[in-house]
Amino acid sequence: MTVSQLVSGILASTVIFSVPLMLVALGGMFSERSGTINIALEGIMIIGALSSCLFLNKTNITASHPLLGMSAAILIAAVAGGLFSLLLGFAAINLRADQTIGGTALNILAPALAIQLTWLIQGQGQTVINIKNVRITQAMLGLTASENPGFFENLIFKYLYLTTPVAIVLLIVSIIVLYKTRFGLRLRACGEHPQAADSVGINVYKMRYAGVVISGVLGGIGGLAFTVAAGSGFQSSVAGYGFLALSVMIFGNWKPVNIMLASLFFALFKVIGGYKDYIPFLPKFSNITASENIYSMLPYILTMVVLIFTSRRSRAPKAEGIPYDKGAR
Amino acid sequence: MERIRKAFSSPAGISITSSVLAAAGGLLFGLLLLLCFRPASAFTGFLNILTTGFSSPAKLSKVLYQSAPLVLTGLSVGFAFKTGLFNIGATGQYIIGTLCALYTAIIWGFPWWAAMLAAAVGGAVWGSIPGICKALFNVNEVITSIMFNWIALYTIILVFNNTPAILDPVGNRTMNLAAANPGAIIPKWGLDELFGSQYMNISFFIAVAVAAVIYVVLNKTIFGYELKACGSNRDASRYAGINAKRNIILSMVISGALAGIAGAIYYLSGTVQYNLEKNLPSPAMGFNGIPVALLAASHPLGTVFSALFISYIQVGGETLQPTFAKENIDIIISVIIYFSAFAMLTRMLLQRLLSHKKESGSKAVPAAVTAAGAFPGEDKTTDDNASASGAAENEDTGDNTDNESGVSGQ
Amino acid sequence: MAKENIDPAREAVENRPGEDYVIEMLNITKEFPGIRANDNVTLRLRRGEIHALLGENGAGKSTLMSVLFGLYQPDGGVIKKNGEVVKINNPNDANDLHIGMVHQHFKLVEVFTVLENIILGVEPTSASFLKKKEARSKVVALSEKYGLKVDPDAYISDITVGMQQRVEILKMLYRDNEILIFDEPTAVLTPQEIDELMEIMRGFKAEGKSILFITHKLNEIMAVADRCTVLRKGRCTGTVDIADTSREELSRMMVGREVSFSVDKAPVEPGDTVLEVCGLCAPSRRSKKNAVTNASFNVRRGEIVCIAGIEGNGQSELVYALTGLGPVSAGSIRLNGEDITRKSIRRRNNAGMAHIPEDRHKDGLILDYTLEQNLVLKKYFMPRFQKGGFIKFEEVRRFADGLIDRFDIRSGQGAVTRARSMSGGNQQKAIVAREIDYNADILIAVQPTRGLDIGAIEYIHKQIVAERDSGKAVLLVSLELDEVMNLSDRIIVIYEGELVGEFRPDEITVQELGLYMAGAKKQKSGGEV
Repeated sequence: MTVSQLVSGILASTVIFSVPLMLVALGGMFSERSGTINIALEGIMIIGALSSCLFLNKTNITASHPLLGMSAAILIAAVAGGLFSLLLGFAAINLRADQTIGGTALNILAPALAIQLTWLIQGQGQTVINIKNVRITQAMLGLTASENPGFFENLIFKYLYLTTPVAIVLLIVSIIVLYKTRFGLRLRACGEHPQAADSVGINVYKMRYAGVVISGVLGGIGGLAFTVAAGSGFQSSVAGYGFLALSVMIFGNWKPVNIMLASLFFALFKVIGGYKDYIPFLPKFSNITASENIYSMLPYILTMVVLIFTSRRSRAPKAEGIPYDKGAR
Repeated sequence: MERIRKAFSSPAGISITSSVLAAAGGLLFGLLLLLCFRPASAFTGFLNILTTGFSSPAKLSKVLYQSAPLVLTGLSVGFAFKTGLFNIGATGQYIIGTLCALYTAIIWGFPWWAAMLAAAVGGAVWGSIPGICKALFNVNEVITSIMFNWIALYTIILVFNNTPAILDPVGNRTMNLAAANPGAIIPKWGLDELFGSQYMNISFFIAVAVAAVIYVVLNKTIFGYELKACGSNRDASRYAGINAKRNIILSMVISGALAGIAGAIYYLSGTVQYNLEKNLPSPAMGFNGIPVALLAASHPLGTVFSALFISYIQVGGETLQPTFAKENIDIIISVIIYFSAFAMLTRMLLQRLLSHKKESGSKAVPAAVTAAGAFPGEDKTTDDNASASGAAENEDTGDNTDNESGVSGQ
Repeated sequence: MAKENIDPAREAVENRPGEDYVIEMLNITKEFPGIRANDNVTLRLRRGEIHALLGENGAGKSTLMSVLFGLYQPDGGVIKKNGEVVKINNPNDANDLHIGMVHQHFKLVEVFTVLENIILGVEPTSASFLKKKEARSKVVALSEKYGLKVDPDAYISDITVGMQQRVEILKMLYRDNEILIFDEPTAVLTPQEIDELMEIMRGFKAEGKSILFITHKLNEIMAVADRCTVLRKGRCTGTVDIADTSREELSRMMVGREVSFSVDKAPVEPGDTVLEVCGLCAPSRRSKKNAVTNASFNVRRGEIVCIAGIEGNGQSELVYALTGLGPVSAGSIRLNGEDITRKSIRRRNNAGMAHIPEDRHKDGLILDYTLEQNLVLKKYFMPRFQKGGFIKFEEVRRFADGLIDRFDIRSGQGAVTRARSMSGGNQQKAIVAREIDYNADILIAVQPTRGLDIGAIEYIHKQIVAERDSGKAVLLVSLELDEVMNLSDRIIVIYEGELVGEFRPDEITVQELGLYMAGAKKQKSGGEV
C-alpha cells in the first residue's frame, strides 16, 4: 500500500464514518437547542435504518436506478425517524415526562421492534436485511474509473454514498437555519429561556416539537448513513453510534461547525485502529489479542477527559431537560 | 410507630396503582403488537407470556433465578434515583462486576462469596467514576455512565481475550464454573432438587436480603436521610451542612456495587457462561434495572416485586419463539418505561382524584386546619406562588376584613 | 365584608359618559386549584394616565396583569379595549392590541444580544431570513428618541440590571405598544434609576401612552401615578384619585386595617462581639471580579445589624461567604473569636451560626420532605435524634410537634405534611422556627419577610427582635428600606460589594440612605468599624 493510498483510504473511511455521527449529532443539537434532551438518538437511527433498508431490500430499486433509489431511501429514513421522534416529543413536551427516561424507553423499543419486524418480513430467525448496490461509482456519474486511482479519486470514490453529499448540504443548511433565520432564533430562545419566548408570543411547544422532529429526521438519515458505511446490511443495531453522536454533540459544544470537526475526530479514532498495522508510529499492541478494542475505547475515554476539562466552560442550552409548563410561574 | 413510618415514606397506594397501570399498559400494547403481527397466534402467545412462569416448578425457578440480578440492578438504579442521579451506567457496572467475579473465581479460585465481593468492589469502582465526575467537575452522570458502559464492554472483551485460561476452549465464552472452580458456584441448598431445576439456588434470597438492607438504610438511618436530602434538593442539603459531594460519590459507589453483585449473582450460578460475542452491544440485564426501578418507584421492597414481574414476562416471552421474536418482551418493557416516564403525571392525577374524594368527605375538619391550607396534594408547588400563599395566610389577618368597608366606595 | 364588594359589579354595568377608557377589565375572576386569585376585579385604564395597581404580595396583581397580557385566561369577566370586548388568548393577541409588559423577572435570553432580545417574536424577515440591519436602525432610533441608552450588540449576560430593564422597555416600544404594563419595576433599581424610570414613564404619558404600574410601594404611587386601584386577597377594594388620597388611606385599603409602620423595641444594649469580619472578599459567580471587596464589620450580642443595599450588590455573596455556602477569596471571619473562614458549613453551624436563607425553596427547605423532616434538617445527626446511625423517629416527632406548637406553624396534616404543600408564609415560619430554635449566637436573616403578607411580616419581625432581646446577635440583610429603618440598631450600606457607610437609624434619613445605596455618597472610612 502506497502512502497516498493509505492516507486517502484512512481519510475516506474517516469521512464515511463521520457522516452518520455528524448528522445524528446535528439532530441532537436541534433537539437540545430547543430544550429537549434527546437520548433516543440510537433508537431513532435504528428506525431510520430499518425502514429505509427494508425499502431498498424489498424493491431492489438500486439495481436499476441507484441514485434515485438511494434518494428515496434517504427520504424514507428521514420520515421514519421524524415520526418515531414524535413519541419522544409527545412524552417530553405534552406530558412533561422525564426526557431521559422517555428516551431510554425508545432506545429499548427500537431494536426490539426492528428484530421482530426483520423476523416477520425476512422469515423466522433472520437477523439481517441486506442492501446492495448503494455505492456511487464513477460509472454512475458518467466517469470512467482509473486503473490506478490517484489520491483524490481514491478519497472521493473509494466509499462514496449519496448520504455523504446530502450530509454536507444538511450541515450548511443547519448552520444557516440556526443562526440566520427567524426559526433558528426562536428555537434557540426556547432552549435557553422558554418563559421569555412564550412572553413574546412564541409557541414553545411547537418549537420544541420542531426541534425534536428535526432530530428525528437527521437521526433517521444518520441511521441509513451508518448502515451503508458499515456495509454488512442492517442487523437491528447501529452499534452505539447514537450514543457516540451524543458525545460528539457535547464535544462540539452544541455548535454545527464544531460538531462537524468533532465527528471527523471521533471517526478518525474509530477507523485508525483498522489501519494501525500500516501506520508506523501507532502502537500495535501486537502482544494483545483483539487489540482493536483499545482503539474502539479511545473516543469514549477522550470524551470523558474532554468533558472533565471543559465542564466549566461547556455551554449546554440552559433550559434543556426541563419540561416547559405554561401554567407554572 | 406505624404513624412515624408513614411520615418517612411516600404515599404507597398511589405509587402502586400507577405502577400497575404502567405494567398493564405495557402488556396491553404487547398484545396489540402480537395481534398486528400474527393475529392467529397472538392470543396463545400472549397467554403464554402470562402463564408460563407459573406453569411448572422449573419455570418458576427460572423466574426466581433471573429475577435476582434484576432486583439488584433495579436497586442500583433506584438507589441512585433517590440521590437524584440517573445511573444509566448500571450496565457497565454489571459488566465489570461480571468481569471481576469470573476472573477471581476462575483464575484466582475465589469461593463464591469472595468472588461476589470482588464484583461488588469492581462495580463500586466503576460507579464511582461518574460519581466523582459529577461531584467534582459537575459532568452530567448520564453521559459519563453511557461512556463507561462502552468502555466496560471493550474492557471485558480485552481482558477475557487476553486471559486464555478464563475461556472455554470450545467457544467464544468463559469456562464452565463446574469444571473450573465448583466452589465459586452459588450454593443451592437442595433447592434445585426441590424445584427440579438446575437454575434454582439461593441467589433470589440474597437479592431480597440486600433489598431489605437497602430499605433500612434509606428509610431508617441518618445516612439515608442525607442521601435523600441530596437527591431532592442539593442546595438545601448543603445548607444543612450535609456534604453533598461525598454523598453523590457514595451513592454512586453503592449503586455500582449493587450492579456489580448483580453480574456476579447471574454468572456465578454455574448455569450460564459469559459469551463474548452475544453480549454485544449491551447485556439487557444491566439495562433492565431501569424499568425495574421505575416500576417500583425506586422503593427497595417494591423492586423485588417489579423484578419478579419483569423476569416473569421474560420467561414467558421465551415461549413466543419461533412464532414471534422473544424481543417482543423488550417492546413491552420499553412501553412500561415510556409510561413510567410520566409516572409523576399519573401519580398527580391519581392524587387529585383521591384528594377530591377526601375533600368532599371532610367537612368536619377543624377550621384551623382547613384554613391553614392545605388542600392536600394540590400543586401549589414551587416558586413563590404568591396567590396560594395569600390564601393560606388568610387566617392571619382574617379577623380584620370587615373594618374598612368605607374605603371601597372611592 | 359584604358592603365593600358590591361596587365593582355595579360599576361594570353603568357606563359613565365622557370617560375615555383605553382598557377596561370588568369583573375578572381567575381561579387556581384551591385559590381564587382574582375575584370579580374591575380595573379601568384611562387613555394617557399612569394607573397604579397596589396590593400586598399575593393580592392578585400579577395574576390580573397576566390575564391582561394573555398569559392566563380568566374564568369570568371581560376585557374591553376602546369599549370593544376583546379576547386575549396569548401574548401575541396582547401585542396586536398594542399591550406590552415589563415583567418583574425580566424575560431576556442571556446568551442573546440586546438586539436579538428586542426583536424576538416580531423579527423583521425576508423569506424568513433575519433582517438585523433594519431592526438595528429602528432600535437605535427608538433608544435615542426616548433616552434609553443601550448597546444593541452587547450580550444580556454582560449588562447591568438597569440596562436590562431598558431593553425590556425597548421591547415594548419596538412593538409600538400603547398600553404599557410595568410589573414591580423599581425593585431592582437604585433610587437614581427609579427617578429616571419615573421620568421615562411621565414622558410616555405625555405622548399619550397609557401606563399600568404595579407596585406595593406607596411613595412611588404618590410620586407618579394619577389613579390607583387597590387589590386585597384577590378582590378589588377600590380605585382612588391620587390627588384625593393619602399614604395612610392607601395602606388601609391594601392591608385592611391600620398598619403600624414601626416595630416596638427596647433600646439597644450591645454585649460582646460575636461575629467579626475582616477584609472579606468573595468572588462573583458571574464574572472574574469580586462580588464582595474588603468587607470589615462586626456584630455584637443584643443588636440587630442590617446590611442595606439594592439587590445584586454583593449581599448574597457576602452571606454565602459567611455561612460557608459560597467561596471566600480573601479575608477572615471569626465567630466568638474562633476563625471559621475555612471551616465547613456544619462546623460553622455547630460553632453557633443560624441562617434564614434568602431563597427558602432553593436553600431553606427540602420540599419533598415532611415538615418534621425539615425541622430537624440541621439537627438530625445530633445524639438526641439518632442512635448508632438510626433515626429516633419518636424523638423527631416530639421535637417537631413542640416547634409547630410554639411557632404556630399551620399545615394540613401537622408534622407529616409535605413542605411542598404548605403556604409560603408557613414555610417561612418553619424555617424561622428551626433557625431560632437552633439557639445560635448569631442569626443571619436574609430577606426574611420576602413575599409574605403583612401579618406574617409582623410576626417574623417580632421573633427577630425577641432574639436580639434575649442577647443574640442578629445580622439582617434586607432590600426594604422600611424594614431596615424599623428593625436595625446599626445599618451598614453595601454598594457594588463594598461597605460604603455605617449609621444608626436615628442619624440618617431614608433619602440619604438611598444616596449611599446608589453609590452617590460614601463614608471615608469605608465602613471600617
